[in-house]
Amino acid sequence: MKAYLIKRILSALVIMWAVASIVFFAMRLVPADPAQVVLGDYATEEALKTFRHEMGLDRPLWAQYTEFMAQLARGDLGRSMITNRPIGDQIWALFPYTFDLAISSMLIGAIIGIPLGVWAAIRKNSAVDYISRIIALAGFSFPAFYLGVLLLLVFSVELGWFPIIHQVRTGSPAEHLYKLILPALSLGLIQASYVTRLTRSSMLEALNEDYVRTAFAKGLRPKNVYFKHVLKNIMIPVVTAIGLYTGTILGGAILTETVFNRPGMGKLLVGAINQRDYTTIQSGLMVFAFIVVVVNLIVDLTYCLFDPKVKYE
Amino acid sequence: MNDTHPDAQDKGLTKPPEPREDFGLIREIWRILKQDRTAFCGFFIIVGLVGVAIFAPWIAPYGFSEQHIVHSFKGPGTTFLLGTDEFGRDLLSRIIWGTRPALIVGVLSVLVSIGIGVPIGVVAGYKLGWIDRVVGWMVDIMLSFPSLLLGLMIVTLLGQGIYKVIVAIGISHIAQYIRLARGPTMALRNHDFVRAARALGAGDLRITFNHVLPNIVGPIIIMGTLSIAGAIRMEASLSFLGLGIQPPAPSWGNMIREGVANILQTPWMALFPGLALTFTVLAYNMVGDSLRDMFDPRLVLGRKPGGKSK
Repeated sequence: MKAYLIKRILSALVIMWAVASIVFFAMRLVPADPAQVVLGDYATEEALKTFRHEMGLDRPLWAQYTEFMAQLARGDLGRSMITNRPIGDQIWALFPYTFDLAISSMLIGAIIGIPLGVWAAIRKNSAVDYISRIIALAGFSFPAFYLGVLLLLVFSVELGWFPIIHQVRTGSPAEHLYKLILPALSLGLIQASYVTRLTRSSMLEALNEDYVRTAFAKGLRPKNVYFKHVLKNIMIPVVTAIGLYTGTILGGAILTETVFNRPGMGKLLVGAINQRDYTTIQSGLMVFAFIVVVVNLIVDLTYCLFDPKVKYE
Repeated sequence: MNDTHPDAQDKGLTKPPEPREDFGLIREIWRILKQDRTAFCGFFIIVGLVGVAIFAPWIAPYGFSEQHIVHSFKGPGTTFLLGTDEFGRDLLSRIIWGTRPALIVGVLSVLVSIGIGVPIGVVAGYKLGWIDRVVGWMVDIMLSFPSLLLGLMIVTLLGQGIYKVIVAIGISHIAQYIRLARGPTMALRNHDFVRAARALGAGDLRITFNHVLPNIVGPIIIMGTLSIAGAIRMEASLSFLGLGIQPPAPSWGNMIREGVANILQTPWMALFPGLALTFTVLAYNMVGDSLRDMFDPRLVLGRKPGGKSK
């Protein structure tokens, strides 16, 4: 167990290193000259040179790389090429927004998806099952940002219950929550369709197991079999799988933040790409990928903590 | 006819009847489509969409960049069925023209992923050793990026435009195909019929093309159909972020973007392109889903006892 733990953490670290390297070199492959992009077409040769020197772009690639890695190891994400502000501070300031959005949509997904999936599996081929299948298909097909647009059209434009621009101005928690509702719903409802489908299929698989047949043969009431035996067994895989959707949720968050004009890491990244602020793009991409790696690691470790069936060496 | 051909007779004796199923596969898919109403509806919609894409110039009432400045921001009406945008361009025409980039990006980007991913996966699964380890690493790293993020990174590198979007979406989904091809190849390389072929002196290339590939075509086609839906959605997402297909070229994604920017004046501008997008993705999902259910042996086994007991 301990050996597995160490091995798993080490491999996560190596993947993070590889991700950082790939992003670093990818940004060096950009055909445009960053100095020209920042200073504009009419910059003098002199100014371009000074800029390159300040950003360290005139140094050999390996020197830039070792410097970048050393900075990263110290937790320093560098400075924005355009505003010259520390990127770490910006990401840290925006992290809570994206975090709230991701967590609340995961919760919405689980609260709707798990009961619906269980119900659909128990009443297989009934109306409920049929509805769950339609919801799942719709969820797979609705791009998260379009659902956001629809919510915006109905609740903000038509009914006027919510603002069009979800900028959070004051720090009050009530306002925070109020402006989280629509974005979280648009991501969470999509999430619910994934969870419904997942719960339904793992429930169906579990219903075919021998222990279920045994439980029924003993004459237990169906309610007890479903909730005390089956549900207990499928909860671990379902919950961990929900954790593994983090990547999808983060991708969806980038879009949702753009639809609702909500501050967040995704909006920062898209803005940076539009402005061609390469250092911010680099750090933004890295932080997103790191979050996915770390969440996967945590999910993996909790999985082997909670599931007695999983034993590693 | 088979009986008279000595070669064919010989093959029938030495080979299991499975490989060489190009025709069988198409027939199988057709059989599934006929059985499954959902899949059939989806297939029907897709055929319709392809028709719309091909005949766009004749179906669309106006050109996709034809501006009628006097009529800008018109609501849905008789001259402009679905209304117009800020430049007075007919929305219906733009949606019809938008079918083209959506379908082209969807299909071509999947072909890019298959074209790069499957060979890598087959080589890794067949050769094993250090190649396999390196490929395994690559897959792990690629999967730690959410696919939209990977697409964003590649778009940053390449710039915007339809062909760059195709490459970006294609590359960001390679990992799934590497995995899909690697596993079965690894299993197949030790199968008796492959070993027999090797004993008879067949080279690696011959074994790959005649014995390995025909056996993994099925899953690849299913995955391909399913990922066309995802690719269309991703193109719309990139264009929606302003990083995909650039206006005035019509793309449902960038039309929704323009619609959201003017959501108070022209709510219909965001509504209609999104409907087209959703229906297209839905159609591909309907077909892909049913195909997957049919081909997944685990699900088929799970279905029978449940179906009988009801």
